[in-house]
Amino acid sequence: MTLLEVDNVVVRFGGVTAVNEASFSAEPGAITGLIGPNGAGKTTCFNVISGLQKPTKGKVRFRGKAITSMPVHRRARKGIGRTFQRLEAFGSLSVRENVRVAYDIHRGFAGIIKPGAADVDALLERVGITAYADERADSIPTGTARLLELARCLACDPHLLLLDEPSSGQDEAESVAFGQLLKDLADEGRGILMVEHDMDLVMSVCDQIHVLDFGSVIASGTPADIRASDRVQRAYLGYSDVDTDAVEAMTAVGSAAGVRLDDTTDTAVIPAVKEGLA
Amino acid sequence: MSVPILEVIDLHASYGRIEVLRGVDLTIPKGAVMALLGPNGAGKSTLVKVVSGQKSPTSGDIHLAGVHVKNAGSDDLARVGLCTIPEGRSVFPNLTIEENLRLMSYAGIPAGAVLDTAFSYFPRLHERRRQLAGTLSGGEQQMLAMSRALASDPALLLLDELSMGLAPIIVEELYETVAQIANSGVSILCIEQFARTALKVSDYAAVMTGGRIVASGEPGEILDTMADVILGGAA
Amino acid sequence: MSSLFAFTLLGLFTGAAYAIVASGMVLTYTTTRVFNIAHGAFGMLLAFTFWDFTVRQGMPTLLGLALVLLVVGPAIGWFTQRFIARGLGEAPVSVSLVVTVGLLVGLIGLTQQIWPPEPRIVLPFHPETGYQIGDTYITFHQVVTIVCSIVVAGLLYGLLNFTRIGTAMRASVDNPELLKLFGGRPDTVAALSWAIGISLAALGGILLTPTVGLDYFALTLLVINAYAAAMLGKLKSLPLTFVGAMGLGIAESYAVAYLPTDGFLSTLRPAIPALFLFAVMILMPQAQLRIGQVKGIVTAPVPPLRSAGAWGAGLLVAAALLVAGLSTANLLLVGTAATYAIVMLSMVLLTGYGGHVSLAQFTFAGVGALTYAKLEEPNLFAVVIAGLVAGAVGALVAIPVLRLTGLYLALSTLAFAVLMDKVIFQQDWAFKFNGTLNAERPSFLGIDLSGDAVYVWTMVLVFVLVGIGLLAVRRGVLGRLLVAMRDSPSACGTLGLDMRWFRVGLFGLSATIAGVAGALFAGLRGTVGSADFLYFQSLLMLLLAVVFGVTSVTGAALGGVALMLMPVWQADNPEIAGVLFAIVGFGAVALGRDPNGVANHLFKLGRRIRARFEPQIRERLDGLMPKGHVSSDELAAAGAADVPLVSVGAEGKGEER
Repeated sequence: MTLLEVDNVVVRFGGVTAVNEASFSAEPGAITGLIGPNGAGKTTCFNVISGLQKPTKGKVRFRGKAITSMPVHRRARKGIGRTFQRLEAFGSLSVRENVRVAYDIHRGFAGIIKPGAADVDALLERVGITAYADERADSIPTGTARLLELARCLACDPHLLLLDEPSSGQDEAESVAFGQLLKDLADEGRGILMVEHDMDLVMSVCDQIHVLDFGSVIASGTPADIRASDRVQRAYLGYSDVDTDAVEAMTAVGSAAGVRLDDTTDTAVIPAVKEGLA
Repeated sequence: MSVPILEVIDLHASYGRIEVLRGVDLTIPKGAVMALLGPNGAGKSTLVKVVSGQKSPTSGDIHLAGVHVKNAGSDDLARVGLCTIPEGRSVFPNLTIEENLRLMSYAGIPAGAVLDTAFSYFPRLHERRRQLAGTLSGGEQQMLAMSRALASDPALLLLDELSMGLAPIIVEELYETVAQIANSGVSILCIEQFARTALKVSDYAAVMTGGRIVASGEPGEILDTMADVILGGAA
Repeated sequence: MSSLFAFTLLGLFTGAAYAIVASGMVLTYTTTRVFNIAHGAFGMLLAFTFWDFTVRQGMPTLLGLALVLLVVGPAIGWFTQRFIARGLGEAPVSVSLVVTVGLLVGLIGLTQQIWPPEPRIVLPFHPETGYQIGDTYITFHQVVTIVCSIVVAGLLYGLLNFTRIGTAMRASVDNPELLKLFGGRPDTVAALSWAIGISLAALGGILLTPTVGLDYFALTLLVINAYAAAMLGKLKSLPLTFVGAMGLGIAESYAVAYLPTDGFLSTLRPAIPALFLFAVMILMPQAQLRIGQVKGIVTAPVPPLRSAGAWGAGLLVAAALLVAGLSTANLLLVGTAATYAIVMLSMVLLTGYGGHVSLAQFTFAGVGALTYAKLEEPNLFAVVIAGLVAGAVGALVAIPVLRLTGLYLALSTLAFAVLMDKVIFQQDWAFKFNGTLNAERPSFLGIDLSGDAVYVWTMVLVFVLVGIGLLAVRRGVLGRLLVAMRDSPSACGTLGLDMRWFRVGLFGLSATIAGVAGALFAGLRGTVGSADFLYFQSLLMLLLAVVFGVTSVTGAALGGVALMLMPVWQADNPEIAGVLFAIVGFGAVALGRDPNGVANHLFKLGRRIRARFEPQIRERLDGLMPKGHVSSDELAAAGAADVPLVSVGAEGKGEER
């Protein structure tokens, strides 16, 4: 069964259409990428799926049931977890406490009666942030805070993970390890829907990719399909006249210099550029 | 050579503990168009915020037309001829187009003149002058925003990601307007992710990453350098 | 039929004055994001100023009016924006609420000081002139009122739509940063809107004075009418605010006309604004969770339970020594302080930990006291029931927060406090009109507590137990959840926490604590009445709690003592009674931005003293007490979040590479 179906969703703010009849889906046990230029409406889609934003029109179905008008916390209880592009860690709690809060919320009264300290530490270990366990969450680097948000989600054992730019702020080695973690999570049967600007990561881990532009899905397919699509190239590179050589060169320049990257910190710079330009 | 319109010397700025600008040096000669390229998060938008007075630097100097500006508010800078078109929404969505234009007269040009200039460049805006700006398409909103630059004849124009979320064809159109403004002698600092589009209209280009300017020169050089690095080193 | 017309017309006149007040409030709120609870108080101050100009100094009415509306009012508004309200819009809602409540109390104190209580009369404009329309007689004053409201509406419309500064006002609602890039000045815009807003509060106040009376409190409470009217337009839309004000005016007028003249319904008239408010609130659409709020606020340190226990035991011993030697009158004062301190503990839970503001906390104590007195069962059971009833009422009041945000919750508690004060507590089945009820002191588990000293000591004991309980909550699961909710409500929601009911529960728990305090207070006094639980008391309580530190148990203890001392000082020095209110009010204005208050400065001082002297003492004690180091380990283990283990983090990172 399809895990998540977004069906003709429209979101308007005032007169601005942020999402325009977008339809896409995510499968269990698979990693689905949601990519597109800045302002294409990706985060708004996440807000619609997680319930933080009411769509003007359209439906969202989760495990076959309509959840369009369900409140945020009930969707979470049904198994939708998400991370935030602009971090929403609990700044005045420690990293460990952040995950414990999630764990307590997930287990309800059971969590109050029997705290699962060991489980929390295992989660920190799994995403690789044990070293930061006792630091205040507002004092850790962005990349680590993103992993913390992931750990917090996992404490709720979700069926579907919505990850909003999870790898930004990570260096190359971390990004590779992170890709492996995502694959492991998918192998457990969880569906992952991911907004991400690191094309190497997207192309290497995603089973399916949807490309969003002006709030509409302009292409869907496997990484190979997407790479070959002219329309995607145009949306990404801003050419009205497609000159293949130039496109290839600029794709390389674009992705390598990170001209398309959208991270909030400045650490994701491809070492080659650094060496060449320094 | 005359005094540069903008000179930034060893500029540092940070958000809390995270330092975003780590010693930026940048000079824009009078009348020139400078394209500033680099990954998001490199500090480009922060640089614009600091230069336009929206954010105060932790250290370093900014000279505008030879004058050392320190702790000047963005409203004061706007009144003396620094025109900033920030990233994303740069019009007031709940005001009509006409009202948006009328507010542009704070930059020192009578409201009537602003309206005339805007409507002569973009007749589409005239047709819709009583509509709320929020109901315009993204491209039209940027035209409205550009009207401020067109009408006020600024000493320096800061453009931050003009093309964000816009169709390529509209971006081209907007950059024709940028070229027109440049031809009238206005100095421009233009931040853009569509490298080629921006380089087409610019006299100089600089690449920023990790909070520093790592390369600068003629547009052709920059493109070649970057492409060489990638094509040579990445495979 | 003609009477219906007459009452509608009457309602429209009152509504017109409300509309003037409300439009000023909406103007300042939309342009600066500061909800000015003191809006009515400003109107009150300026109505007194108007009286002073025209009656005491004998100026011509028009000159006095012009001076107040065009000079004094705008000047006060400009001053308030420049020196008090600036930057408040970006602060958490709880801060701006505390600061404007401080203004409210401060202004009342100031007015009482300048114009001490005495009968003053402000006549309507041209009282002898009037017009006959059919069967209805309309006074000149009413015509002036309605003309004023039309003129105000017209001028505001013109200002906002046809002038550049007015357009800039609307623009700064959208995006003040962008306005600055356009060359506009958001600060000038904000100052202008405050100047106009306060001037409109003055005009509305002056027009209503002949009906309401020149009264410190009645005019101040106009803010509730204004707020009720403005709710119809979600505090944003001026046209809907006018509609709301007219609707409220007519509702009040019909209440006079058609409600029975005796029985419960007859007492409802003063409650109409509050009821109107609750009705509108229920019709409001659900608010959505917002992303990107203030995160990681530094709060007062949480002491380990053992040290809290030691302090508590110390306090109990001190209290025992104190109560042994005090006269009955002074014992009552200590008991009162303990009551206040326990109610302030309920604020520590709600405001200090949870970040919500209640302007009705002492009213909940009143509910507890009423329940206890009515039960007539002087035992522990009755105290518990009193707490539970207060808790249930608190939860009921918090129901709007199921749908709306914290600002609306705080404002609805103010309406609730006034409703209880003016209507419910006055009912025959409650304290009766200006009446009292008798209450006996409870016995706990068969232990007789009727002796003054024993009873007061027991109250201190309750304070200590509740305080330690709160600290335990703060350290445990609930405390973590509270902090998490304050840091990021959106994240809590997406993790599956139903914050709406959680908040209602929190509110209920806090009201329960207040209710227990109220029950104990009833036992302490022996007689309690509605006069003990005026809504104004809750405002004072909030301010003192914030000044002394609403994030710590110590702050609650200090605040309780201070609140008890206030009437004592006022009685000793009646000539400066107003000044005291002014000091408390403006003190809260000054300190409101740091809810950790005086207590936190004491903690810092204590730490500094310890840092200075502890090593020396340690050195001397080392030989004697080898276990002396345990306490610092404990501190680290307990305050994990407050003491970042930097060295551990750094080692970990090293290993990874």
